[in-house]
Amino acid sequence: MRNLGKIFKHLFLILASVISVFPFYWMIVGATNESKDITMGKLTFGSSLVKNVTNAMEHADILQAFGNSAFLAVVITVVSLLICSVAGYAFVIYPSRGKEILFMALIASMMVPFAAKIIPMFRMFSKMGLLNNYLSIILPAVGAPFLIFFFKQNTHAFPLETIEAARVDGLSEYGIFLRIYMPMMKSTYAAAGIFSFMASWNNYMWPLIALQSEKKFTLPLMVSNLAAGFTPDYGMVMVGIIISTIPTILIFFLLQKAFVEGMVGSVK
Amino acid sequence: MKTRAKKKYGLSGWSMVLLASALVLIFSYVPMIQAFLLSLKTGKGANLQFAGLANYVRMIKDTTFWTTMGNTLLYAVIQIPIMLLLALLIAVLLNDPKMKGRGIYRTCIFLPCVTSLVSYSILFKNLFAVDGIVNQALMHLHIIDKAIPFVLDKNWAKAVIIVALVWRYTGYYMIFFLSALQNIDKSVYEAAKMDGCNFFQSFFRITLPLLKPIVFLTSIMALTSTLQLFDEVVNLTAGGPGNATRTISQYIYDLSFNFVPSYGYSAAVSYVVLLLIIVLTIVQKGITGEKK
Repeated sequence: MRNLGKIFKHLFLILASVISVFPFYWMIVGATNESKDITMGKLTFGSSLVKNVTNAMEHADILQAFGNSAFLAVVITVVSLLICSVAGYAFVIYPSRGKEILFMALIASMMVPFAAKIIPMFRMFSKMGLLNNYLSIILPAVGAPFLIFFFKQNTHAFPLETIEAARVDGLSEYGIFLRIYMPMMKSTYAAAGIFSFMASWNNYMWPLIALQSEKKFTLPLMVSNLAAGFTPDYGMVMVGIIISTIPTILIFFLLQKAFVEGMVGSVK
Repeated sequence: MKTRAKKKYGLSGWSMVLLASALVLIFSYVPMIQAFLLSLKTGKGANLQFAGLANYVRMIKDTTFWTTMGNTLLYAVIQIPIMLLLALLIAVLLNDPKMKGRGIYRTCIFLPCVTSLVSYSILFKNLFAVDGIVNQALMHLHIIDKAIPFVLDKNWAKAVIIVALVWRYTGYYMIFFLSALQNIDKSVYEAAKMDGCNFFQSFFRITLPLLKPIVFLTSIMALTSTLQLFDEVVNLTAGGPGNATRTISQYIYDLSFNFVPSYGYSAAVSYVVLLLIIVLTIVQKGITGEKK
């Protein structure tokens, strides 16, 4: 009886795992097959990988889009981590009534749907002449309420005695943050970095509005364009999808432990 | 002396939160207020006049508004409970330290979260095509005789979007439940076992009540993201057939950038979404908080 339950549990988890992983297998196999084989559901590897890659490079500047996406994701991640971590830190280390209210206001802004901001933001950036400029993507992305919240949560586990000790040693308040807090909170930064990178890498709606020339397109815009139309070349599309998935999958596998640690909010 | 020191620290504290707060103010609160003012104006393009609540009245008779709103709510009502239950079930199973291969299961089930929204939507469009692999598998297993035009049928298309969302996000929410479960003291379960509680009793009497805050957090997160659904539907069905899968965010986008731009009306529709999210958050807080 107990064994039966165990088998059921494993069967369920295996099924869930297979369903989760199958589309990944599908896109890798697809990238090696002809478009018509993909639509016919060919499940084995083919020999069209090189052809699909060359096609994708010729039809859309995938490399350029990859570079654009990478540039934006790195800049946004670095800047947002700096700005939001220092804020989250200050909300815990220097508590005051005013900051409590401010923090609530920042958190409340998470409820504002992006769609409710697109027109004013579009008009704001068009007035500033910054449409089709990466500043229009970077500026709204770096002040992220979720990251502030995330750092605040994790800062509660940061030992306050360390701060007192550092003050006695003559470190300035910013010095404490830079030299003690940041190195100690590596796993929190790793997790927050993953959040930020993913959000930027996947961002679709706002770049679709703000970026107009194909040269500035990010990967999601490029891949979406490749797949549009009645009969897209699926071999080419699969190549685009793989290229847009490789960086995030690599980061996940390299930082998996830090990721989970950061989610639990532990400080080692 | 002490108050002076406190003041000095206080100043550092305020300077540290300044930049982040200013950015949120400029790119969240200012657009939000502007959108509200815009929602009270009518006209095409940049030529706008004050019109009071005309836009909100127009919405009442706008069938596309109701269709897209209905679709969006339908996704939320079906997808979120299925997904969170699955995520919780998987998390509880994986929380058993004696479970073999839990690391592999966890990694596999989390993996969909690394895909970009546009990419997985296109993958699902391909998987669920008329001559796609899902149809072929179902026909091969003799579950169906004829291919189902998943993306072309108004009901199936909605189902495909829900399946895609569940695939993408279950692992993500599972991580939240897992970390919450790991914080529950194991001795509570041992004591319950000694008192003769079975798996289901300890699940409903111990695990679930202790997980209440995280269930609330995850449902709010899921709700706000589903109510803003855009990328998936644009790339999977393009809102079709007709408006059968179109979401409210897509409609707002269309109103602002695809049709002759009517910014005022579009802003009014977006304000309804904003209010909806606020109301649902409060209601949900009431429901999850009341049983105490």
